[in-house]
Formats: sequence, structure tokens, C-alpha cells
Amino acid sequence: MEPFIRLSAVAAPFNEADIDTDIIYPARFLTITAKKGLGRYAFHDRRFDGQGREVPEFVLNREPWRQAAILVAGANFGCGSSREQAPWALLDQGIRCIIAPSFGDIFRGNCYRNGMLPVVVDEATHAALLADAEAGLELHVDLEAGFITRPDGSTVAISIDPQKRDALLNGWDEVMTILNQRGDTIAHYETQRRQRFPWLG
Amino acid sequence: MATTLYDKLWAAHVVAEEGNGVCLLYIDRQMLHEVSSPQAFEGLRAKGLRPRNPSYHLAVADHSVPTRHRDRPIADPQARAQVALLEANAREFGIELLTLGDPRQGIVHVTGPEQGFTLPGLTLVCGDSHTATHGAFGALAFGIGSGECESVLATQTLRMPKAKTLRVNVTGDLPPGVGAKDIILAVVGKLGSNGAIGHAIEYAGPAIRALSMEGRMTLCNMSIEAGSRTGLVAPDETTFAWLKGRPKAPKGADWDAAVAYWRTLPSDDGAVFDREITLDATRLVPQVSWGTSPDQVADVTGQVPDPARLNDAEQAAKTAKALAYMGLVPGQALRDVAIDHVFIGSCTNGRIEDLRMAAHVLRGRKVAAGVTALVVPGSGAVKAQAEQEGLDRVFLEAGFEWREPGCSLCVAMNDDRLPPGARCASTSNRNFEGRQGQGARTHLMGPAMAAASAIAGHIADPRDYLEAV
Repeated sequence: MEPFIRLSAVAAPFNEADIDTDIIYPARFLTITAKKGLGRYAFHDRRFDGQGREVPEFVLNREPWRQAAILVAGANFGCGSSREQAPWALLDQGIRCIIAPSFGDIFRGNCYRNGMLPVVVDEATHAALLADAEAGLELHVDLEAGFITRPDGSTVAISIDPQKRDALLNGWDEVMTILNQRGDTIAHYETQRRQRFPWLG
Repeated sequence: MATTLYDKLWAAHVVAEEGNGVCLLYIDRQMLHEVSSPQAFEGLRAKGLRPRNPSYHLAVADHSVPTRHRDRPIADPQARAQVALLEANAREFGIELLTLGDPRQGIVHVTGPEQGFTLPGLTLVCGDSHTATHGAFGALAFGIGSGECESVLATQTLRMPKAKTLRVNVTGDLPPGVGAKDIILAVVGKLGSNGAIGHAIEYAGPAIRALSMEGRMTLCNMSIEAGSRTGLVAPDETTFAWLKGRPKAPKGADWDAAVAYWRTLPSDDGAVFDREITLDATRLVPQVSWGTSPDQVADVTGQVPDPARLNDAEQAAKTAKALAYMGLVPGQALRDVAIDHVFIGSCTNGRIEDLRMAAHVLRGRKVAAGVTALVVPGSGAVKAQAEQEGLDRVFLEAGFEWREPGCSLCVAMNDDRLPPGARCASTSNRNFEGRQGQGARTHLMGPAMAAASAIAGHIADPRDYLEAV
């Protein structure tokens, strides 16, 4: 995956609670088996009307947020279905960092595996970043340094598991990391487990 | 030290501690379906990897499969290609596949348990958020993304932080006409859509012990709607009796050894949970959702809430947004809400007991004029059992359509899709915007209420129909 080190971009304000992965990526597009090129389906039914025309009010259809690479979202963003098409579509649309008071657990995990950075912030920080986003200002996200710099120069710490941080900074693939670091440990565990529970097969 | 069921399952599967509370967790079983697996197999191929233990996986198509005309090729070329890709991948990587023509085919969360692929004490995953269903057996089961599916295929492990524990105690006995779906809708309503994020739920108490395995699966299934990836019920005699003799369950001496181990799994007396909530089953009324999030539920005897009367600004905004989408008026009695579609099925309520409950309400009655109603059994085995009991006749005579197994209108990925503005009484798990079709409106409920609503043509209290039977 592409490393995530730092990012300066306009942030799109999308402060609605419980934006589920069906809204991010409607189910009728799930028969597509490709992982790339899904950006056109991101928020499809919010971005386009029944005739396929842009809905002018939707934030990603407005300037300067068409080019947003950051999303300041509402609580429980990405709840619902585990579909990884949701982060794939957002990534292809250009979104690489999402800031919210909370996330759906599965969606959050899926983001890390795709070089995307989800950031959980408290209510006051969320309100401040939302105001920056609504004003169309740029945020500077620096994962290496561990903070987001607001337009007024103040900073917000990025809270992240150190392993996930390393993986994002280096673009490491988790599967290969596990096999390289833990291959023998897994084999040892499996031998013991099969001895203890032969009925496991 | 007294430990919880979740702690025991977790400890038994830790391969390595990774620091900061993250562990490398061993995964015993994976179910694969056509939507979340193609990219996982593609990842293996790109890295030149093979599945570590092919026999630990079971593949079956359910999401995009049509529920009619199974004798013909799938009409939608994209869905046809997707199902064919699952079959080709399973063959290439040596994974057992239940094809569309196999009598065992069905929704992953119905078929897995039926086959005994799901067992207590195991870790089980699937690229589907309703995988918590299998927690009904005392298995640590949770939904994952495609990248994690690839990790499980290649390494048989996942890197995960341990969850906190949350016990939901359901005390007393359920009143007649109130079931497992009503418990879980009430629990989700109480916890909120994000109330259990980062927690593993254990459902406990007399009302849970009294539930059948089908009821326990309904319950655990919707844990994700409160934000929890995992729902658990401790295994007991009900669990063992249900599993014994299933095709993939242990046999003979292996069975005895397995049961002896499973008996050690329930939470110890005095085990401490990070959080606990209690629900009094005796006061529970049939539940129905009125909004676009599964926590927006009410008693069927209640009214549509009024955002103007809510003190919390965020709740008021959520409520107003939901009512606008749902086309409902504050204060309107829920039983006055007219419906035009009924869906009975899904991994939540597509099992034999659900169909029996719905058929019990429908027997000798007719679906109201203008209502389109369908039953989609959760698996081929459920369908065959229902037909043996004559339930298909009850549904057909009442005016329901009797379909082939799959996810169908719960996710509306196949050709079962509602038109804009349609309003559906549905036994599924999500009432999200557009979930059953763009612009369609969903009211979540149990199978008895869905059947009663089909007859009435509006949301109806199943107890009114059960008493008269």
C-alpha cells in the first residue's frame, strides 16, 4: 500500500452521525469485484440524483471541497457493513484521512490496511476542525510528527497504535509482516492446538 | 481468578502479544462469500501465497444470488461473474465450496451453523459484519474486511486489540408474542448505534437461557448494530443438543472430549465485566424501528417520536433527518403506518423457527390488498424443512411468494429490490437509507409482526393475531 506520512489539504465538512457504509458505498455496486476505480460510487446516492446529475448541495460537489483529501465526519462514521469497498471508494475519490468523534470498528481497521488514516478526536477538537473545514481552510496532517496543524497554528495530537503507525509510514503489507515476523510462532501454536484439540481437524 | 467467556476464548487463541494490548489471534474457521473474497484471493495471487489450512475455510455464495429461476444462469452478468469467480477461486485454492445448486447452499450465517462448521470455543470470521451470529454457540466470531480475509487465508491469524466486555442481562421470562428479535431491537435501542463500540457483548440471564439456538443467533446477529463486532451466549445443553450429529461436528469420543471442553467456557461466577446493563424481559413489548438507524426503535404500541420534544440537540437532528427520509409525522401511532412490502428472511430471521412463527400468524389468513410479500428461507436446509412441515403452503395460500435461499432484500444486491418510496415491514437487520433499494423505507421487526403487518396492510401488533388463533 501507499505510505501515509504527511498530507496538506482542504478538509470537507460532513458532520452527520451514523454515516453507514451503505451510504458510503451502496450495495447495488457490490457485484463489482475490482478494488480500484470505485471513486465514482463514493457517497453515490448523496452525490447524484436519480438521473445521475450532481446534487449541488453535497459537500464533495462544491468548491473548494471537490479536491478535499481530508474528511471531517460525524460520530460513528463507517458503521454497518464490513464492506472494504467503502474505504476503497473513498481512497479512489482522493480521501486519505478521516477525522471523527468515533468510527465503526471494522471500517476503521479497513482504513489502516489501505494507507488511510482515521483520527479520533474529542468533541471540542471536532468542533474546531469542523469550523476550519467549513471555512475551506487547509489542514496539515503529519503522521511522522504525530499531530495535525490547524490554520491558526495550533496542533491536535494523532492517537494511533505504534504498529499501525509504522505500517502506514512505511506502506507495509500486514500479511507479509505477519508471515515474516511470526511464521514460526504460528506453526508452533498450531502444533500445540492440534494436539490439545484433535477434533478441530 | 474468575474470568469471562470472552476472556477465555481470547486467551486460548493468542499466538503472540504484540504490545499495547494488540495480540496476534489465531482464527480456526473462515466463511467466504462472493462479495468480500475476490480481492482477498487476488491478494494471495499477487503475493504468490496459498491458503495455510484450506480445510479451515468454507465458501458459499449468498449476497448477489437470485432467489428465483435457479434452473437458469444468473441474469445479471456482473452477479453471474462474481459467483463464478468465487467458484473458480475455491477450486484454485482447494477450498470446500457449496455451489448454488447444492441443497446446503444458503446465507453464510445460516449454513455455517447448520453444517456444524460453527462450534463452541472456536474463533470464526467472515467478511460480513453479521458474523457475530455464530457467537450464539459460544464461538468468538466477528466480521472482517477483505484485507483481513486475505490475512486469515494466508496466515490463519489477525492482529487485533482485545475488546472490553459488556454483559447484557435479560431477566425474567418473555411474554407471549415477544421474541429474540424484540430483545435485540430493545438492546440496540438502549445502547445506541455506537454504544458498544470496542466491546464484546455477552448476553446472559434467564430469558437468554430459555431461547432456542435460532433465537440466540437472531440475538447475537445484530450486535454490530450497537457497534459491537462480537456477541456471545455461553454454550449449554441447548447448544450441544442442537449441534450433535451435524455433518462437521465432532463424532464419538471426539464429541465427548469437545463437550467436556465446551463446559469449561461459560463466564465464571464473580467474573467482572467492564460494563453491564439489564433488561426486564417481562416488560418487553414487540419492537419496531421507525428511523434509518437500528437504534431508532419503539414499542409497536407507541408513536413516532417528535424531534421538537427531544432535549439532546444531536438526537433531535438525527431524529428529524430520519423522519424526513422515512416520510413519517411526529406523534403518529406506529400501528397506523401503512406498508406495501413485507420481507421475511435474512441471516437475522431466515431460520426454521422464524418461518414457523410467521406461518403460525398467517395460517388461514390473507395478505392485504396492495401488499407484496415474500419469504426467502435462509438456506436450502431451512427451505426443505419448511416444505416438509407444509409451511410453504401456508405462505403461498396467504399470498406470499416462496423463494430460493439468499440474502435477498436484506441487502438488495440481487434483483430483489424495492422501488423508491416503498415501505417494507422487514425481518432484516438494517433500516439504513437505501438499504432495500434507493429511496425505499424499512421498518425492522420480528417474523410474527411482519406476518401480522402483511395481513393488516399496516404495522401491526402480533399479539392481536396470536390471541385469536
